[in-house]
Amino acid sequence: MHVTSPIREPLVTGGKTLADVSDDICRQVEGAPTKGWLVGMAISLAVLTVGAVSVGTLLWEGVGVWGLNKTVGWAWDITNFVWWVGIGHAGTLISAVLLLFRQKWRMSINRAAEAMTIFAVICALMFPGLHMGRLWIGFLWALPLPNTFGSLWVNFNSPLLWDVFAISTYFSVSLVFWYVGLIPDFATIRDRAKNKVSKAIYGGLSLGWMGGAKDWGRYESVSLILAGLATPLVLSVHTIVSMDFATSVIPGWHTTIFPPYFVAGAIFSGFAMVLTLMLITRKVFHLEDYITIQHIELMNIIIIVTGSVVGIAYITEFFIAWYSGVPAEQYAFLNRMTGPYWWAYWTMMTANVISPQVFWIKKIRTSLVATFILSLIVNIGMWFERFVIIVTSLHRDYLPSSWAMFYPTKHDVGMYLFSFGFFFTAYLLFSKFFPVINMAEVKSIIESDGEKDEI
Amino acid sequence: MADTKKQYWKGLEQLSNDPEYVKYADKEFPEYLPINGEEPGENTSRRDFLKMMGFGVAAATLASCEAPIRKAIPYVNKPVDVDPGVPNYYASSYFDGAQYCSVVVKTREGRPIKIEGNKLSKITNGGTNALVEASILSLYDKERLASPQIAGENVMWTDIDKTVISKLDAAQAAGKKIALVSNTIISPSALRVIEQLKAKYTTAELIQYDTQPVTGMIKANDEAFGMPVVPSFHFNKADVIVSFDADFLGTWISPIEFTKSYSKTRKLGPNKKSMSRHYQFESNLSLTGANADYRAAIKPSQQGAAIIALHNAVASQTGGTQLSGGTDVKYVAKAAKDLLKAKGKSLVVSGSNDPAIQTIVGNINLMLENYGRTITFDDYLNVRKGDDTAMSAFIADAKAGKIGATIFLNSNPVYNHPKGAELAEALGKMDFSVSTSDRSDETASLCSAIAPTHHFLESWNDAEPKRGHLSLAQPTISPLFDTRQQEESLMAWAGVDGNYFNYLKESWKTYFTGSVADLGYQTFWDKCLQDGVLELETESLNAQGVFDVTTAAREIAANYKGSGLELALYQKVSIGDGSQGNNPWLHETPDVITKATWDNYVTVALGDANELGITEFEGKSNMVNLTVNGATQKLPVVVQPGQAKGTVGLALGYGRTKGGRVANNLGFDATPWIGSVNGTNYANVTSGVSMEVLEEQYQVAKTQTHQTYMGRENVIQESVLTAYQKDPSAGRFKPEISTWQDKKDHKVAPGTLSLWKGHKYKDHHWGMAIDMNSCTGCSACHVACVAENNIPVVGRDEVINRRDMHWMRIDRYYSSNSEAVEAAEGAVDKLRAMEVASENPEVTFQPMMCQHCNNAGCETVCPVAATVHSSSGLNQMAYNRCIGTRYCANNCAYKVRRFNWFKYHDNEQFDSNLSMNNDLGKMVLNPDVTVRSRGVMEKCSMCVQRIQLGKLQAKKEGRRTNDGDINTACASACPADAIVFGDMNDPNSAISNLLRIKDNEGDYGIDKQVQEERAYTVLEEVGAKPNVLYLTKIRNKDIEDTHA
Repeated sequence: MHVTSPIREPLVTGGKTLADVSDDICRQVEGAPTKGWLVGMAISLAVLTVGAVSVGTLLWEGVGVWGLNKTVGWAWDITNFVWWVGIGHAGTLISAVLLLFRQKWRMSINRAAEAMTIFAVICALMFPGLHMGRLWIGFLWALPLPNTFGSLWVNFNSPLLWDVFAISTYFSVSLVFWYVGLIPDFATIRDRAKNKVSKAIYGGLSLGWMGGAKDWGRYESVSLILAGLATPLVLSVHTIVSMDFATSVIPGWHTTIFPPYFVAGAIFSGFAMVLTLMLITRKVFHLEDYITIQHIELMNIIIIVTGSVVGIAYITEFFIAWYSGVPAEQYAFLNRMTGPYWWAYWTMMTANVISPQVFWIKKIRTSLVATFILSLIVNIGMWFERFVIIVTSLHRDYLPSSWAMFYPTKHDVGMYLFSFGFFFTAYLLFSKFFPVINMAEVKSIIESDGEKDEI
Repeated sequence: MADTKKQYWKGLEQLSNDPEYVKYADKEFPEYLPINGEEPGENTSRRDFLKMMGFGVAAATLASCEAPIRKAIPYVNKPVDVDPGVPNYYASSYFDGAQYCSVVVKTREGRPIKIEGNKLSKITNGGTNALVEASILSLYDKERLASPQIAGENVMWTDIDKTVISKLDAAQAAGKKIALVSNTIISPSALRVIEQLKAKYTTAELIQYDTQPVTGMIKANDEAFGMPVVPSFHFNKADVIVSFDADFLGTWISPIEFTKSYSKTRKLGPNKKSMSRHYQFESNLSLTGANADYRAAIKPSQQGAAIIALHNAVASQTGGTQLSGGTDVKYVAKAAKDLLKAKGKSLVVSGSNDPAIQTIVGNINLMLENYGRTITFDDYLNVRKGDDTAMSAFIADAKAGKIGATIFLNSNPVYNHPKGAELAEALGKMDFSVSTSDRSDETASLCSAIAPTHHFLESWNDAEPKRGHLSLAQPTISPLFDTRQQEESLMAWAGVDGNYFNYLKESWKTYFTGSVADLGYQTFWDKCLQDGVLELETESLNAQGVFDVTTAAREIAANYKGSGLELALYQKVSIGDGSQGNNPWLHETPDVITKATWDNYVTVALGDANELGITEFEGKSNMVNLTVNGATQKLPVVVQPGQAKGTVGLALGYGRTKGGRVANNLGFDATPWIGSVNGTNYANVTSGVSMEVLEEQYQVAKTQTHQTYMGRENVIQESVLTAYQKDPSAGRFKPEISTWQDKKDHKVAPGTLSLWKGHKYKDHHWGMAIDMNSCTGCSACHVACVAENNIPVVGRDEVINRRDMHWMRIDRYYSSNSEAVEAAEGAVDKLRAMEVASENPEVTFQPMMCQHCNNAGCETVCPVAATVHSSSGLNQMAYNRCIGTRYCANNCAYKVRRFNWFKYHDNEQFDSNLSMNNDLGKMVLNPDVTVRSRGVMEKCSMCVQRIQLGKLQAKKEGRRTNDGDINTACASACPADAIVFGDMNDPNSAISNLLRIKDNEGDYGIDKQVQEERAYTVLEEVGAKPNVLYLTKIRNKDIEDTHA
């Protein structure tokens, strides 16, 4: 039987030539900062500064400046941590998993997604550090460093320690993967550079890239190896983060479903964040021909799938609570739904489970405005998911005498702002000084002259 | 020597004068120095430079840091009995004008740091309460006066004496009265000094008053028996106890003694399967009411009628007089039936201060043949001698200008007497007044002079709390300030020579039966001082009499006509009359019932709150305007289950204006609202009370905001006595989990399955058992823990933020409204209904602290192994290692871990934390316990410092620790003996006997087979395997009356 594959939609539109790709993408690197960029940078720095006041207060006064209490020992801090780690999933997923599956559409979005991953993981790492209140000892003692205290060692039973390893590994691999991808593009910028400073800086960054066949050969192999390494990490990081909760005894945390549920949630929120950023970048830097509606649609499809997976996970939790016959567990879930934090629960349900279902309609999943709004809703919903898991489980657990409420303070908000300030400052710097799209790879997927529609 | 031709050379080089030498000859250091680096040793030179630079930088840096100066000054001559690091214990006596406790004071390096009960006392038997435990901090109160004052100016003691004597002489000469106003004095020696003063000043008169007076009882007993005293009540001999508004476990007369004897009737075990039955009729839910088997909520105005009803019910069977005016209230008939069955083994008490009511109560006891058995006059109590009538007369005299001079002996009537305002006015007009108060309080500040007395821990004194029961108080530290004991001041003013110590020793010769001349007396004295107590043989007083009940009933009918809302004023167990108002430990101790701190508030009945639309969430509720006889006050509200409908409660002891930094402006002073009925003070207002709900919200700082235990049988396990008698494991909840072993539906106890291999406890296995049946919830253990373990006070705002630091808390649960729960449909509605307490709930207290789990959730999750398991079953906390992730606290099923959110010591933000924020206050800190720094987790250590001390002592003596060598602060403070601590590996220890432990090295090595059927671990199904066990709560109730 003769099979003819359908004609695929071109991944890059607008009849771009190889030179156009370099011109389009290097434009903002080489040009002066745009007004929009400057405004964005000013806002990000302002948010960062405001947040820094909260960080300073926290380090000076103690964790008491947050709204935590004897019953609720984690709230916004770890919510933000898990949220940012979740967001940090999409980048590696896009680059590594889609690379292995040879999904070429990833090529125009993986650079920005990976940058987002790295900045999100840095944001995530702030919280476990700062939530101890004494940053200066916290990070150091959590590492298994040789010391003069005899047999004093870290506790390998603790999921927090697993976190330390999981996240640091993930961060290093992601960083290397991202940087390796950047090398050929840095070389392109170096070669185009008109002033000495740029030439020197990008020359340094490109690590002597010559563009020879050997270089490309090594580049391909390293990418493949790193993709192979990074793929299990995508699954492991959030699995281990989920074990912070799953291995505990607190009803609402003590759940075996957490690892897959958290991984799905992470991909879900990661894609939402990628979309949010991508839609802005695309607009601001006029990259409509590289990040096409097709990209957006494909990502929206992933959002429907993962959103439905988390929806099923939410419902499974309820089923298991009922089926287990454990009263504390049953109370924990009924309390989530109907207790004092019912609004957080229903925000989560609406934003994560119900709202992505509108993407079943093609018109909506190909609409930029709808996608942008929904990506924000999903981001909010996923923040609430972590808040619901952490706070509503803790605030009413086993002994009713200790039941309490959590009310955030201005410093809880300030810390969150700080991470946003950092994230956007870093992302803006990246988008100005680094090529936001992988030029080298995109050049491999633009239609060759022969494929172009004849006029 | 000038002509000498001799030449001296520095060396051969100079002699030979070679060019190499000449080159360097004029240099200061002609030999080669590597410093200039020109020569072959260039490498060496740079290294030296770097070394020097390194040293220089380090030295400069070090020099710029100023090391804090800490003074540790050794003794020049070491006192014989003070060894650094070794505590000394001195027996002493606590009496604050209302409550007596025989104590043992622990001192370290000459400073008292902890108060324990004196086990040799036959009255308090080693028990303490919150006020006693906290009094150690009041010693180190910086706001005590540092020297005597006249008109607010510091003066010398000689000046004071001169002035006082001249003024007293003048008053006597003018023929005006000299009044000595005091709370009850139980010191025989002090009374002797006063007699001597009265001999010198013939117009002098001693007026005693009480802040919680029982004048009514004294008068009733005077009329009936000719004995104007408070008799002894023997709760331990009573099978049936009926109390009308007498909070005898909390505040009434001698609560430590009563708790001790009452708790004996509440113990159950294989050899004792009976317990007392306790009825309580009251308006506010008191600590005693919370412990009652049957409790009826009545209005204050109903009390007399209810007592008459009980009287008539008893009289109908015993042939007594039937009285008119009785109103039957719930449980009165049942109580009468039980009382009659327990003739001679029952006890009826009333907290009323009305002689008429006390007359009826007396007659009920008389009809039940309780006198001589459960109520005895031979060892009558001295702790309440106040006479409301005399005090009122004094204030009237003062107003009329008949008083020439007043001496206030450590009393503060301007604040704590209902007519304080009138007295304050009269004081302004009085010629002379002097107070011996330790501070410039509400009364003292209005006096002409203040002669501040010592704290009791700085004083010599004696006490006779009960006839024939004497005790001594001895100083445990030199006076901190230039103060003088009030008895010594009185001696000076009475012209008695010598010091009070000698005077005291002299007066005790009366109790010595041997020859005074020989060494015997010194031995006797030393023994008394060491024991702290002395029991004397006393003659029987042979009290006989009859009560005039008819007149009394008539008076009751005439006096109690309640209309509308009624107000019941009460004292809190941990605040008392407010005299220790400047003690932050007490303010942060949650109220035993409401679990509120740092405030007083109106307690509104649940039913009334529903009608008024008042709800409470997280301690936050509407404020109300409470109007009492025309005076209106805006107050916060606590919705209180168990409060009698149509009544509101309000605590006394708050609203101090000159008590000190901590005490001032805290809550509202309701003392002026105390009225008078039948000639005595009446702490209730039965008419003219109205309440208006305001829009304004106020949050009361509560440590526990959820009221019910949500029907969770894994937390509270309880039953009734009849069920227990049939099956000792009645009320036990035994969770089982299904496993797939051999066959389907194989069920096992959760503890038998574990991931962990367990621990081997080869030597000790420390454990604790808490009897929820005898625990009254009095909070003595709580304050003892605060004192022992240097627990910081965080203040009202931080309690609102739910960040109290207490290692030990007493969970108080109400029963849910079972009818509402049954009526509710659907799981959600049922849970909602369970959250609401019953209108008159059953109350259960559960002391909760670290459970020292064998499979501790906290230990596995700590990333840095800062909390680890000891080889003897303790869950230990290494503060220095803690990085503060709080994961352990989250993963603690019992929520007993406390995080140092801030730096609580040396921090102005926490200035109410007196024990850590000023030099004097810091003297109370236990040097064996670290003051924790910011950012670390802490929790109950089972007083590991005491365990360690006991083990070291045993090791030194080459033996194993004996049971009783080591006791935790909480167990030792408990007046109900509800907490038992010990080694579960020792088959003869008290805990092994109580729990009937059969050592069972089972699959996991740690499982102790506990044979006591009542014992259970909280949240057994979590599988943490705590080393703290609880014994079920058993109520002596008929099964149909119980909510459970």
